[in-house]
Amino acid sequence: MSLITAENLAKDYRTGEVTVHALRGVSFRIEPASFVSFVGPSGSGKTTILNIVGCLDKPSGGSLTVAGTDVTALDMKESARFRGNHIGFIFQDFNLIPVLTVHENVEYPLMMVQNVPERERRERIGTLLEAVGMADQRDKYPDQLSGGQKQRAAIARALVTNPRLVLADEPTANLDSATAYAVIDLMKRMRDERQTTFIFSTHDQKIVGEAEILFWLEDGALREVQEKGGRNHG
Amino acid sequence: MVNLFKMAVRNLLRYRRRTLLTASLITIGVVFVLVFLSVSGSFKAMMIGQITDSMLGHLQIHRQGYVASIDNLPLNLNLKPPEVRKVSEALDGMPGVETYSPRIKFGGMFSNFTETTNIRLNGIIPEREFKTVPLLPSRISEGKKTLVKGEMLLPALLARGMNVKVGDPVVVVATNQDGSVNGKQFIVAGILEGVTGPGGRDGYIHLDDAVETLRMREPEISEIAVRLKDFGRLSDVHNRLSGLLAGEKNPQGKPLFEVHTWEALSPFFNVARMIDVMTFFIKLMLIAIVLISIMNVMIMAVYERVREIGTMAAIGTLPGRILSLFLFEGFCLGILGAVVGCIAGSLLLWILNLSRVTFDFGQQKGLVLAVSLRPEDLLTISVTVILVSVAASLQPAWKASRMEPIEALRHV
Repeated sequence: MSLITAENLAKDYRTGEVTVHALRGVSFRIEPASFVSFVGPSGSGKTTILNIVGCLDKPSGGSLTVAGTDVTALDMKESARFRGNHIGFIFQDFNLIPVLTVHENVEYPLMMVQNVPERERRERIGTLLEAVGMADQRDKYPDQLSGGQKQRAAIARALVTNPRLVLADEPTANLDSATAYAVIDLMKRMRDERQTTFIFSTHDQKIVGEAEILFWLEDGALREVQEKGGRNHG
Repeated sequence: MVNLFKMAVRNLLRYRRRTLLTASLITIGVVFVLVFLSVSGSFKAMMIGQITDSMLGHLQIHRQGYVASIDNLPLNLNLKPPEVRKVSEALDGMPGVETYSPRIKFGGMFSNFTETTNIRLNGIIPEREFKTVPLLPSRISEGKKTLVKGEMLLPALLARGMNVKVGDPVVVVATNQDGSVNGKQFIVAGILEGVTGPGGRDGYIHLDDAVETLRMREPEISEIAVRLKDFGRLSDVHNRLSGLLAGEKNPQGKPLFEVHTWEALSPFFNVARMIDVMTFFIKLMLIAIVLISIMNVMIMAVYERVREIGTMAAIGTLPGRILSLFLFEGFCLGILGAVVGCIAGSLLLWILNLSRVTFDFGQQKGLVLAVSLRPEDLLTISVTVILVSVAASLQPAWKASRMEPIEALRHV
């Protein structure tokens, strides 16, 4: 069974008298444990798709099922619960909470969203911080970290709830080339170890090169779906 | 809850200068209110003490209708001996009553043998009167601080106007209840200053002299002044005494007695009420300060952290938790301002007490301002500040909790 099934997804924005068609009947399926990227020029609809799949926005038309749930029918509170239980987010600007340490940032969704007991929290965070190579930085605040370290912490935060799906909007845009490849490798390793589906929106050729399925978008419509084996990066 | 509290504190520490400024503003407000409350409260208590302890007593009991015509000093509304006995029995059995003093009040003509003027006289039993209004002797500015039969304590106004000195003989002429006129000679034993200044026409003579002057067969009492053990129980004793005496009826079936607290008998009660009203408005000002400063700082906090709010919401934080986080920040600011304000205010009042500030009230010179702070005032102000802080955070917190995550994440 597909993790995500989108049928004829449409999204229109009204700006004054003008209606912008951000998505025009996009349909796709994404299987569990995929490493997928939506690719296309600015304004092609990549971020809009990610926002709708991530229950941050509602489509104007069409249907969308994520992890067996019709997410178009969820209200504000239900959407928040669904995100908290099934989706992890990685942002271009990392979006770590500045008053919390690395450990506390990773702990945040477990504590404030899922109410996981403290002992289990400690175990899960310890394992994940080791996995992303941030165990020695656990007590640092975001402003004491480099861009790559911030994104590693953000990946740990996205994965700590064991979501079925991680959405990453331009996750390497603010990273240098070497760090970007390291982060992509980390996400791929996490996918392999945890069977988590990663979906990106990007222009970044490094991610395009690493993604296993590419959805090419143009003017809000799906132009091409490209499946490939990916490439190993040393 | 603890984690929300921790996050709130850290967010406040993140903007240290702003937090410090807002907390300082609240602190200044709390200190101002505490000092005003204590100083005005102490002044009010002292003023009430002066009025009750040197003139009125805490409570007074009269025959029904006497107070309404008190300016005429109506002798026909005096209490007859059996009625006085009933009141005495009630007062003797009342646990809150310390002592009481019967008075015969009447108007008369006062003469120094060359000039004549009118006077109001209080026939008293000196020992009982001095216990009921213990500051009365301190009002005697010249002469001895006692009173025996044949002597008079003369108000300063009359003494100066009539050029009468201590030891001089004077005559009082008064009309008794059946209309006949009687006179009696007195020796001026002391000059009596008024409570609030040199005004007043109330002189004091012995109760037996009043009985003799008015040709009464037995003492007929105009009023009974009562002193309580604990002034704080005034209302309680008043209610119980009124209830006890309410059963006594006159031949028309109406209540025989009326019981009044000092509040109903002195115009200074209105001054005391004015102080209360001013205190109320000062408290309102504090509420306004807290409301505006907290609301301002929380609106700023929400505006500056829109993306952060978006992130929290995107991760799956429920709107209620986001609301709680911002309410906690307001709550912490309120606690900080209230606690620091209470400590600083208490310290300032302690220094004020140490510096022994003096002031004059009427004839009382060099009264030391003894300010005190009631724990319940500290508690009320602290709770008010904290509640208002939370209330002021409500709108910004609500706005934060209702933000669409996608809009918030796009915010620059």
